[in-house]
Amino acid sequence: MAEYQNIFTQIQVAAPADFGPPIVDEQFRIRYGRMSKLLGWVGSAQLGPLYLGYLGIASLIFGFIAIEIIGLNMWASVGWSPVQFIRQLPWLALEPPPPSNGLAMPSLNQGGWWLMAGFFLTISILLWWLRTFRRARALGMGNHVAWAFGAAIFLYLSLGFIRPILMGSWGEAVPFGIFPHLDWTAAFSIRYGNLFYNPFHALSIVFLYGSTLLFAMHGATVLALTHLGGEREVSQIIDRGTAAERGALFWRWTMGFNATFESIHRWAWWFAVLTPLTGGIGIILTGTAVDNWYLWAVKHNFAPEYENPPYVSGPDPALLAPLPQLKVKLLPDGGIEEYIVTIAADPSADGGTRSPPAIEHSETMPLAKALDAGSNVAEGGVELPVTLTADGGLALPMADAGNPPPPDAGADAGKKVRP
Amino acid sequence: MKWLLAKASFGLLAVLFVSFAVATYHSTSSAGIGSPGVGMQVVETNIALEEKLAANVVPTPLPPADKGGVLAVNAYKNVQVLGHVSAGEFTRLMTSITQWVSPNQGCAYCHAPLRDAAGKPVVDEEGTVQVDLNNMQSDELYTKRVARRMLQMTMRINGEWKLHVKATGVTCYTCHRGNPVPANIWFDVPDTGDAEGALGNRAGQNAPAPVAGLASLPGASLRPYLVNDENIRVLSTEAVGSDNRSSVKQTEWTYSLMIHMSKSLGVNCTYCHNTRSMAAWSASPPARAAAYYGIRMVRELNNAYLEPLHDTFPVERLGTIGDVPKVNCATCHAGAYKPLLGVSMLKDFQILAEAKPQPPKTANLQANPAPSGTGVPPVPVPSPDALNVAPGDAGASDAGPAPALRPGTAPAPAPPSASGRAPARP
Repeated sequence: MAEYQNIFTQIQVAAPADFGPPIVDEQFRIRYGRMSKLLGWVGSAQLGPLYLGYLGIASLIFGFIAIEIIGLNMWASVGWSPVQFIRQLPWLALEPPPPSNGLAMPSLNQGGWWLMAGFFLTISILLWWLRTFRRARALGMGNHVAWAFGAAIFLYLSLGFIRPILMGSWGEAVPFGIFPHLDWTAAFSIRYGNLFYNPFHALSIVFLYGSTLLFAMHGATVLALTHLGGEREVSQIIDRGTAAERGALFWRWTMGFNATFESIHRWAWWFAVLTPLTGGIGIILTGTAVDNWYLWAVKHNFAPEYENPPYVSGPDPALLAPLPQLKVKLLPDGGIEEYIVTIAADPSADGGTRSPPAIEHSETMPLAKALDAGSNVAEGGVELPVTLTADGGLALPMADAGNPPPPDAGADAGKKVRP
Repeated sequence: MKWLLAKASFGLLAVLFVSFAVATYHSTSSAGIGSPGVGMQVVETNIALEEKLAANVVPTPLPPADKGGVLAVNAYKNVQVLGHVSAGEFTRLMTSITQWVSPNQGCAYCHAPLRDAAGKPVVDEEGTVQVDLNNMQSDELYTKRVARRMLQMTMRINGEWKLHVKATGVTCYTCHRGNPVPANIWFDVPDTGDAEGALGNRAGQNAPAPVAGLASLPGASLRPYLVNDENIRVLSTEAVGSDNRSSVKQTEWTYSLMIHMSKSLGVNCTYCHNTRSMAAWSASPPARAAAYYGIRMVRELNNAYLEPLHDTFPVERLGTIGDVPKVNCATCHAGAYKPLLGVSMLKDFQILAEAKPQPPKTANLQANPAPSGTGVPPVPVPSPDALNVAPGDAGASDAGPAPALRPGTAPAPAPPSASGRAPARP
């Protein structure tokens, strides 16, 4: 008995290629079409005809230029060695300009190539988008594919164009490279206090995972209804038969509610489209509107406190006391002279990141007091106002610094004091 | 027939999968660090644990020496650092140093060799150079002069860097492990100069970086932080409205340093950080504070002990750009969360921990002191963003105090507005 298998199609059509209805701009059609058994196993057995057109040709040319710029820069970075180009390919990249360059036009090897590659790649992608739009029109289709593709382009532009301009630096953009763009992603999340706490990042993940779930549910439902004509979804939409009824009843039985044969496609389309849309919004807000997503989450009460960590956190050592530093001076006779300097901690010395917003311990240990304690270090001495406890922890000199001892410092020292 | 083939293929795949799973399976051990259920764990395969245990066996200490008796300074000539200890303890330490540092080379690795009439060093049947017992005070060999400075360094670490080494302390063995040159030292990465060509600028990264566990992160990330005092902290400390301009590129330099620390200690990020907020000290395990002092300690050791030895080292001990061998986290830790897994050798060698009665202000680094001083030659300083900054562009900002040499700091392209924020930011 003949079988119908949806992935490996056992029974294939073998006939002359079908070239579809006549269209207006017929000259752009590549009138090549034939049947391929290999393709027929996984999809339609017909290969071609292909429509290239002005937009397609221009898009391919611009895309080729972009890939050439990226590839040749990568190849040059390994000294034009073909072997090293292949070996190191996953590590290689074309980097955006240095942050100090801002949005100015950089020299070619200082990110200029990156800017050019990005320009040509963007032109290529936009032309391809226009192509999907116009081909759909030519066939009398809706433009759902083009708008879905547009959502992905929005995320691409958010990362490489919109956010860098808002930040005032092309250096904020993503490098073109396999591992380097992944390193960039990790560093980006770390820099802005963990993207996990970015609500739009969370939404994007919901839609991403939701897309895969919907895809699996819908695909499974249709496959399960194939023998009842379930794969003929369009006719089931307008003329609901037993396949649609059974599928709908299955989902109502299992979860009380079902999408329809039509609306399931809208569910899937919106989930897919909203994945890059919400992701792009999350990217644009990072570093522009919000500087630290974790602290933002603390501020808005959705970063819960961990209960009973098995350790006691200490304060930021940079806020405690300046460390006496051993310096040496080379003497003319070949010897050296040692001396100790104690550099007073400058809260602004660390790029501003040491400035004391220090939410924790601010009540019990004023920063100024702690720094004062540090200045009591005798010249050449190395007594720190931090002492070691028997269990290897750090004890603070709060009583010595004239402050009342913190209530139950042993048990509560690690607990965060929320602002 | 077709179905038979299909079934056979699936069967073969299943067998391969199971074989792969069995062949690559390793039992693991894990230890929780943080609150339950938040994934703050150190996980290791038991094979790796066994290897680590085997690699961190502490040598048996020599029997204790007499603490009384004549002082080393009176018993021997030219004792500059340990003159205040007894001659017995001094000799015990010297013998131990030979065991720890030059077990195959013997005393003559540092002390002047016995010479025959022709002036050639005398070698025994096993090929070991014999030491001249009547000339132990000689500073002829550079190794002797380096060793003296290393003794001072060890005592400085044990005496003044308890914030990092606690009471466990270090000895020569912590780094040397039987090697005259410790296995885990580092040299500066030569500037490949790829920024000068017409294309192919790697911007200091995008190659397998040994220091960063072969990630494509910046490969020269040690000098800015372990020799120089560049800014490691990149995160904004305010939820909104921060004027912190640290760039993502700068974050990658810090990231590279952190991977170096992780690899050096054989731990993951959560050993020191509660990774839901890398920056929050209030949530971090206490190990992070120890690491904070460790970075400062290594920085001091490189600046005060290693770099001044530049003219003392022979050329073959220097790096490709003529820089001294330097220490990093791996030099002592060698893949263990605590060097030698926390076993204290110092307790058997307390003279390496005692504060010096009168710290010597000077140390002689030259065999024959030169009449005029030769300072440490300037080592090219690869700033994290140095490869990336176009000449003349570095000073294009007034966003903060000298941000141009800060690694990858993103200065505002235009002067900040009155509020201190870049005008382009909404």
